[in-house]
Amino acid sequence: MSAAPAGPGLLETALRAGRDAGRKLLVPYFTAGLGDWTEALHAAAGAGADAIEVGIPFSDPVIDGPTIQEASTRALQAGATPDGILDTLARTEPGVPLVAMTYYNVIFRGGHRRIAASLVRAGVSGAIIPDLPLDEVGDWAAAADLAGVETVLLAAPTTPDERLPAICARSRGFVYGVGLMGVTGERATLAASATVMAKRLRAVTDKPVLVGVGVSTPEQAVEVCAEADGVAVGSAVVRRMLDGGGPEGAAELIGSFRAALDRG
Amino acid sequence: MSPTDRAPGGLMREPDPTGRFGDFGGRYVPESLVAACMELEQEFRVAWADPAFHAEFEHILSSYGGRPTPVTECARLSEQLGVRVLLKREDLAHTGSHKLNNVIGQTLLTRRMGKGRVLAETGAGQHGVATATAAALFGLECLVFMGEVDVERQALNVFRMRLLGAEVRTVTSGSRTLKDAVNEALREWVACVETTHYCLGSVMGPHPYPWMVRELQRIVGDEARDQCRQILGGADPDYVVACVGGGSNAAGTFAGFVDTPARLVGVEAAGGAAIGHGVPGVVHGMKSFFLQDEAGQILEAHSISAGLDYPGIGPEHAQLAAAGRAEYPQVGDAEVLEAFQLLSRTEGIIPAFESAHALAWVVREARWAIPAGATVMITLSGRGDKDAAQAMEHLG
Repeated sequence: MSAAPAGPGLLETALRAGRDAGRKLLVPYFTAGLGDWTEALHAAAGAGADAIEVGIPFSDPVIDGPTIQEASTRALQAGATPDGILDTLARTEPGVPLVAMTYYNVIFRGGHRRIAASLVRAGVSGAIIPDLPLDEVGDWAAAADLAGVETVLLAAPTTPDERLPAICARSRGFVYGVGLMGVTGERATLAASATVMAKRLRAVTDKPVLVGVGVSTPEQAVEVCAEADGVAVGSAVVRRMLDGGGPEGAAELIGSFRAALDRG
Repeated sequence: MSPTDRAPGGLMREPDPTGRFGDFGGRYVPESLVAACMELEQEFRVAWADPAFHAEFEHILSSYGGRPTPVTECARLSEQLGVRVLLKREDLAHTGSHKLNNVIGQTLLTRRMGKGRVLAETGAGQHGVATATAAALFGLECLVFMGEVDVERQALNVFRMRLLGAEVRTVTSGSRTLKDAVNEALREWVACVETTHYCLGSVMGPHPYPWMVRELQRIVGDEARDQCRQILGGADPDYVVACVGGGSNAAGTFAGFVDTPARLVGVEAAGGAAIGHGVPGVVHGMKSFFLQDEAGQILEAHSISAGLDYPGIGPEHAQLAAAGRAEYPQVGDAEVLEAFQLLSRTEGIIPAFESAHALAWVVREARWAIPAGATVMITLSGRGDKDAAQAMEHLG
């Protein structure tokens, strides 16, 4: 496994700047290829997103719950492909850093160096690959580092303490704390594990710590941000898109998260 | 024999410390599951080096599971095909297939880890039935995921699982077959990993599963080798043949013969031929061969056999194929149905559709490629009762 480059990249620089200015970070997720997704990216940036996760759909998304599964299926049925999505992104400039989220087979099949170069060409700063843990990330991370793509690693409630520093050291852009043991999806209440996760990560890294999975409402975002630097919000946003809310509906939801986080 | 004496040599040694067989294998799982995989690996290493574990494993398999299963020499079929056919009779194991071997081993590990619940995925239902059986035997809760298509075509096995006290959850996503049952089982495991063991049914998934399941199934090959030598006057068969979906009965069988001169043949379903038509990929925690499109999206497999309806193959098979030690030909549904009837009529043995794939290859190749009088050992991985209703639809 190669060591991460010493200096922060574009994504981390932007998130650190936000954090250092006293802002809680908000990173919504959109499934690429679903509805008016490129317009939604602009709308999200306008509503106060600090960065945006762009999901490149995969046929077998094992860490995703029903909402994102459904969005991925619909996008694939509509003809979404990784190359098509990245070509579209290259013509889209929402004005905030973009982070691609996809599964490893899409990258492995596409070729590490080719995909890394395509991400850069598309204006994507970072990559989240949930089925590529620390121990397996080396080959991809080497190609990503070389191209200038920041690979965000995940830490989970079951991650042993002794493993956390290595995950944080290798993670770039930010560290993604998984808020609960389970798949992505909306939950009525914030799991206690979410704040514990944030606290554990903050104790071992000064990189931005964002918590996602199971953060569904502005109130939950505020609660977890008592410890975390920010939140990633996926299923709640995607649900709006699936239900026909469109870019406006998604932006309205993101705006409510923004306002709640700014109020603190 | 001590546990270390049993380790197969040559190509089927232990995987490297990262869980790789050559270029294949690994542990590509969400971080949430990494600790559980590490715990399982540690628990298995300790147990597998412990003679007391082996004693209990083998005692249960003999007193409850019906082992050793016999090797049957098929006189009438041999005469018809012009080759000498021996069948390793896993259809005679309790629950009707080789699946019980793996499940007994994994439930013993579940108990050692202090977990009270198992979950499993199943295609044809054989692994689900075996898991439900072992869970009942050990007093564990049991949840089985099964694709909607398979629930319909394997109604008898669904009933058996429920009778045994398991909850069967129907999977309606994706192709609604085995691939999607694996996805749902992995999703469920993420949510309950601290209390539940995922009893994976084949030599696939993240390390240590491919290695562990092969070791637990090696009893099939070890028995068969000794039994064949008795029958063949100390010689080994010329061909050792088994069907391959994920590949657990083939891996267990091959492990017993990998150091002999026997030709190892893993027979894939034509519509689910991961080695025949797949390319390298990383899905379900492992690097192996998968049916996929140019963008890396996994394609649906199609086979008359629900157990072979899987677009991937275990990583050790990928390595055996890459090294040229085993070959992985394909047969189609029509040949399978013919073989299914042929064995029933010539030997009074109704094979599972899965096993009929191995048989179908032998029937086809005996006509021109297998030398007359050669000895062929086929692992009959399971019995065909579960497929009777489906066979009726095809055969009338």
